[in-house]
Amino acid sequence: MSVGATPFNTARWGHTHVLDMDSFSLPDIEQVMETTDAMKEVLGRPIKRVPTFRGKTVATLFYESSTRTRASFELAAKNLSADVVSMAAATSSAAKGESLVDTVRTLEAMGVDVIVMRHTQSGAPYIAARHTKCSIINGGDGWHAHPTQALLDLYAIRERLGRLEGLRVVIVGDILHSRVARSNLYGMAAAGVEVTVCGPPTLLPPAFAAAFPGVRRETDLDAALDGVDVIMALRLQRERQEAGLLPSVEEYIARYQINPHRLSLARPGALVMHPGPVNQGVELSPEVSYGAASLIESQVANGVAVRMALLYLILGGEG
Amino acid sequence: MNHRLLISGGRLIDPASGHDAPADLLIEDGHIAWVGPGAPPQELDAILDATGLVVAPGFVDLHCHLREPGYEEKETIATATRAATRGGFTTVCAMPNTNPPTDSAAIIDFIKEKARTKGVVKVLPVGCISKGRRGQELAEMAAMAAAGAVAFSDDGSPVSDPRLMRHALEYSLSFGLPIMEHAEDEALSRDGAMHEGEVSLRLGLRGIPAAAEEAAVARDIALARLTGAKLHLCHISTAGAMEMVRRAREEGLPVTAEVTPHHLTLTHEQVLAPVPYDTSAKVNPPLRAPQDVRALVDGLRDGVIDAIATDHAPHTAMDKLVEFDFAPPGISGLETALGALLALVHSGEMDLMTLVTRLTTGPAKVIGHPLGSLTVGLPADVVLFDPTREWVVDPTAFASRGRNTPLAGRALRGKVMATLAQGVLAYRDEAVSLSLSSQAEPQRIRG
Repeated sequence: MSVGATPFNTARWGHTHVLDMDSFSLPDIEQVMETTDAMKEVLGRPIKRVPTFRGKTVATLFYESSTRTRASFELAAKNLSADVVSMAAATSSAAKGESLVDTVRTLEAMGVDVIVMRHTQSGAPYIAARHTKCSIINGGDGWHAHPTQALLDLYAIRERLGRLEGLRVVIVGDILHSRVARSNLYGMAAAGVEVTVCGPPTLLPPAFAAAFPGVRRETDLDAALDGVDVIMALRLQRERQEAGLLPSVEEYIARYQINPHRLSLARPGALVMHPGPVNQGVELSPEVSYGAASLIESQVANGVAVRMALLYLILGGEG
Repeated sequence: MNHRLLISGGRLIDPASGHDAPADLLIEDGHIAWVGPGAPPQELDAILDATGLVVAPGFVDLHCHLREPGYEEKETIATATRAATRGGFTTVCAMPNTNPPTDSAAIIDFIKEKARTKGVVKVLPVGCISKGRRGQELAEMAAMAAAGAVAFSDDGSPVSDPRLMRHALEYSLSFGLPIMEHAEDEALSRDGAMHEGEVSLRLGLRGIPAAAEEAAVARDIALARLTGAKLHLCHISTAGAMEMVRRAREEGLPVTAEVTPHHLTLTHEQVLAPVPYDTSAKVNPPLRAPQDVRALVDGLRDGVIDAIATDHAPHTAMDKLVEFDFAPPGISGLETALGALLALVHSGEMDLMTLVTRLTTGPAKVIGHPLGSLTVGLPADVVLFDPTREWVVDPTAFASRGRNTPLAGRALRGKVMATLAQGVLAYRDEAVSLSLSSQAEPQRIRG
């Protein structure tokens, strides 16, 4: 059954899992964008639900709490009429209780089709994907990847600015610990976006430039902002200060907060993004966070549609 | 009547004598009785055909985790010593991070007894530096030395307290055995899962910087200079550590070092590809960058590094079937060591004599034992290997219980074909022909 007026072609789609953006080509990204357009059309209807995946089951397996991402995936699955089961699990290095591999195999045996997984440890979805026939969608793993966030970010930028290729984006903040940054670097590279990463060296080590060739590294924010089209600020975890990576939040604010002055250094009409939740007054000043440049609400709104699109493509479009 | 076995037709490489030429080797009652070209004029009970093979002293492994007592699900002395024969090793040093740890003469006795009754190669126990490997008080090193310990180590962990390390080195002067240090500054390496560099940044894994090893090596060399005691640095993995060992040697300090086959042949890229987050590539110290590998190979060839040691660290499949961060470090290395290392010879990075030296007399010298040579009169520890035979690593066929290797499925060039341990033919590939005379007593050959 097709989603909208136009039946969608899923034939080109070659992915069983969505683990990270590094495996996504530009045609893959374009296909997700087009499919998301159709899902947004569905979400604009009075009844935001299609019967496409009646009888299919999506499990959310979260080893790390996240109310937003989980709700976004569950709404996406429900809008496609899939059944949703939620599992909260606790990680344990001492292998107490059930292991990750046992858990995904159990879900597979229960007839689950797709597992949306969030995990505290980088790479966990890769281990899971190697040991189950279920499709795995990575809902965020450690510091490593958050591909659905990157796709919704790309979608939100394209929706507002009409294109991706040739845009200049600066990603600001705790790059080292950010799965959002890493996935966006791959996705933006594939889409022809020029990216600068910016943050203090303790959160953006010098070796980062060698790890991501083609990405510009800059520790001075004012220099990084010159003429950019999009500013993406990352969430700062307060424990970075306790770990000795930052002297104080105040010093971080002074050097890296996006405020109206800094915004004025970017191209006129530049957009400000944040994966949320925002530490108000830290990464963004309130004038910027709630101002006209902010794309934050649109990011959240597009999250459901992008995740519907991915489920649609992964499950093959046929109910 | 004496029992006589002739190993005939091989290329005999014996670093102790510098011999590298075709020669036969006669073994009489388990001891090397005669070496030379052409057959000896005695009646023989058996002939092992070494045509096309290299005949060398059995390899000596300074660093092996036999896991017994305490972790028999991972490995036992029986299985590890059989794995050793498949890898051409006839002597293995047993690291003391067992459960209970090998921190008393009683555990040394237990290991020796197990090795005598269940083992098939020589097992030399290493005792703990500190009681319980807790890094607080010295273990009874002299008692363990008297019971047969050949060295001391808290391997798996460094001796974090520099004062305790100083005292361990000083105390060891009275019996002259080396302190084998796992050099790691844990404040710098804490929670790290792999080498800190481009690959860890891409994979989002917490890195272990090269400086974590180098800071500890610098401290340990300073303490060796202070005390004059024998320091042996385990599994050196970085170019910086290598350079410090080179300078210490030039200075004449009693410092020796070992390097593992995996650090000589693999890089941190192994964690990324072919299998991303492959827990079998997780090891401590971690697989490093290509420039580190080059420096280690140079140091090995130049003799800055005395020994290749496997750091054989078997784990169960379940231990490794977890998130990368949660997997225990370690590679099951005995059975793949030679095949992996011969790549260095095939590529021209070192000659075969050098490689064999670092597997035989090099490590033997570190512990001061007359091992690793084909000198007449010594017990016959001999390996026969085909330096060019190709084979594919199949961990399910390992004699070791640990199938944890990043080389699974990889084709290696060079294979151990037969191993004699203390005069007993402990391993023989079917392709090596063994002919017995009519009066032969096969049990004396096969053990």
